[in-house]
Amino acid sequence: MTSTANTSTSSRRLPGAAAVALAATAALLAGCSSSSGTKSDDPLANDKASGDTVVVGSNNFAESILLADIYGEALKAKGVKVTYKPNIGSRETTYGLLKNGSIKVLPEYNGALLAYLDKKAVPKTVAATTAAINAKLDSKLTLLDPAPAQDRDSITVNAATAKKYNLTEKSTIADLKNTAKDLALGASPEFQARQQGLLGLKSVYGLEFKSFKALDAGGPLTQSALQKDTVQAADIFTTDPTISKEKFVVLQDPKNLFGFENVQPLVYKSGLPQKGVEALNAVSAKLDTAALLDLDSQVQLGNKDPLDVAKGWLKSAGLG
Amino acid sequence: MNLLNFVNAFFSDSSHWHGYDGIPTRAWEHVQYSLMALAVAAAIGLPVGLLTGHTGRGGNVLAFVATAARALPSFGLLVLMFVLLGLGLLPVMIPLVVLAVPPILVTTYEAVRSVDPSPVDAARGMGMSEPRILFQVEVPVALPLILSGLRSAAIQIVSTATIAAYVSLGGLGRYIVDGLYQRNYEKVVGGATLVAVLALATLTLFWAVSRAAVSPGVRRST
Amino acid sequence: MNGFFHLPSDLQNTWLGLVGLHLREALLPVLAGLVVALPMAQLCVRFRWLYPPVLGVTTVLYAIPSLAFFVVLIDYTGLSETTVMIPLAVYTLVVLVPAIVDGIRSVPQETLDAADAMGFGPLRRYVQVQLPIAVPAILAGLRVATVSSLSLVSVGTLIGNQGGLGNLLTDAMFYHRPMLAVNSVVTTAVLAILLDAALVLVRILLMPWMPRATRAKRTRADARPEPSAIALEDAAR
Repeated sequence: MTSTANTSTSSRRLPGAAAVALAATAALLAGCSSSSGTKSDDPLANDKASGDTVVVGSNNFAESILLADIYGEALKAKGVKVTYKPNIGSRETTYGLLKNGSIKVLPEYNGALLAYLDKKAVPKTVAATTAAINAKLDSKLTLLDPAPAQDRDSITVNAATAKKYNLTEKSTIADLKNTAKDLALGASPEFQARQQGLLGLKSVYGLEFKSFKALDAGGPLTQSALQKDTVQAADIFTTDPTISKEKFVVLQDPKNLFGFENVQPLVYKSGLPQKGVEALNAVSAKLDTAALLDLDSQVQLGNKDPLDVAKGWLKSAGLG
Repeated sequence: MNLLNFVNAFFSDSSHWHGYDGIPTRAWEHVQYSLMALAVAAAIGLPVGLLTGHTGRGGNVLAFVATAARALPSFGLLVLMFVLLGLGLLPVMIPLVVLAVPPILVTTYEAVRSVDPSPVDAARGMGMSEPRILFQVEVPVALPLILSGLRSAAIQIVSTATIAAYVSLGGLGRYIVDGLYQRNYEKVVGGATLVAVLALATLTLFWAVSRAAVSPGVRRST
Repeated sequence: MNGFFHLPSDLQNTWLGLVGLHLREALLPVLAGLVVALPMAQLCVRFRWLYPPVLGVTTVLYAIPSLAFFVVLIDYTGLSETTVMIPLAVYTLVVLVPAIVDGIRSVPQETLDAADAMGFGPLRRYVQVQLPIAVPAILAGLRVATVSSLSLVSVGTLIGNQGGLGNLLTDAMFYHRPMLAVNSVVTTAVLAILLDAALVLVRILLMPWMPRATRAKRTRADARPEPSAIALEDAAR
């Protein structure tokens, strides 16, 4: 362990020096940015103006941005002032921002949120999921109605792997019991440390894969890696339009590791007026999985702008 | 500032010391990417720099190429290459090589140009061939500066190779990107420390190489 | 070029808007860096023993990857432009301090003596004699710092779309639109080349008596590599 000692001594000087340099530049930049502060559109920098404007945030993947647009436009249609804060990061970041009121509305997925809040819970129904989340949720936050639309994390294999191991739509994650040791699994970096991830795959299904490749949250890296057989199995969102395009096979999850994944708005209680709550509940009532899949393909394959797609759907659902 | 606690926690967690995500594996991956990029960049930059420096022609073109290459943003180039080429080592190598070529090219050119003309003329007068003049007169004198160009390139590669992790490759950037998404500061700070240490190790290595390789006569005169 | 200037709505900005944002996020740090580097360099000239440790610290700071720097700062400055700008400002020091130190040291002793003889005080001598003579070196440093700063801003897209033109990059991936990535890279590169050219122009305007090419005929005495040139290369990330 000599190298441990070495590295920590050589880095000892570093924070001190960094502190001095940072303090100096921070002071300077504070001066600069306040003098050039004509742009006040950064909701995270100044929270003062948040009284009447609702900040709708989203995580760092395409569907989250689309859902945020749907929520935001539905709110605007009811006369609520909205600003967007898209592409923030993973839940580990966005939950914190919601808790401190920097963002007021965030599209969430009930099962994934619960797994983040309580690693052990295995609820049997949507209502039980909501109840379990509410038990653990920060007191300043609340969940609105869940939509019937589900977008689950999944263990999905590519066509070649499905053929090689005879996996079909009816196969389950448990069927990988004997083959997982030969397969490379790809998923987002946060998957490694999540219950709905490597931890759960091991504890619930007893699976350990040959290797893990950190990609992104069901995004282009994951799609590309699975398609090119860089990984044989990956965490792909079930509403991903590339599943049907690339003939990927989604494995069943009989033990409910990935739980219910209904789209559900998570909001900062005091940040959303009653008419906003009603508007978002009206969205959830109409949004089902088929609709979500269709909207996702329009954005990710059809080259359409998420905002236009959101507006189009709201209009057709009578909410725009 | 409890950065030190993070560093401590990171390095004392024994699970960070073995396996595919262990420090030895990640550091070795990082060194491999860096060496590969440096080798390719040197294979491009050194011959071109030596030739233009020796002939004294093409200096302006060279300066323009270097400026243009510097202007290309590494991270942007990485994403662009990923979008065009898909996953793999190539999308990472291209931005790293583009990053490393300008310092090697420009310094090598400068180094050869700045060699005192009188010994060169003397060598020519003695009937030495142009390649011999380049390699036996100019290069030994220019070596310290040429090495410093390689050193700058190496340091920039080492600290920029972290972006490989963004397109799912390994290396020490893995800790930083994973730490960002898992909101795990321990990993971010630990990874950053390792990169900084590797960069300083590179500096030391080049210092040692230049002590060993530069002719004592040249060292005395500079 | 269908869609080159047509940006996805989630960026909430026009192409020109992103250019402005990018320039601000890249140039304010260079400015801040210059403001810090000037007195720091003066101290290093005055107290020679100070220079090696200052160089050491800036080099170590420079070796920290930008993304790690951003992530650690998020807790203090949030997902904001400031979080991107602080590391960039710190990075410029590794270029600017040596550039200014060498510039000021290059002022010949006779010139300083002449200024003293004319009754210049230390401040006046600094502002009217040393600084103007150091301008070419300072501008050379600014060129490197500016280009590298422009390139690094893009990484800010990973901390909540704070990366100016870099924000196009994540969208290029989300929506499978390579043209957005091309846009980001090309625009950033063009900005870098234009600003670099602008700084060269500034030098020509400020010092019309200087030769346009930086290199005059070399004599034996200055055949030695200039330390500033090496430091500049070190920092052109």
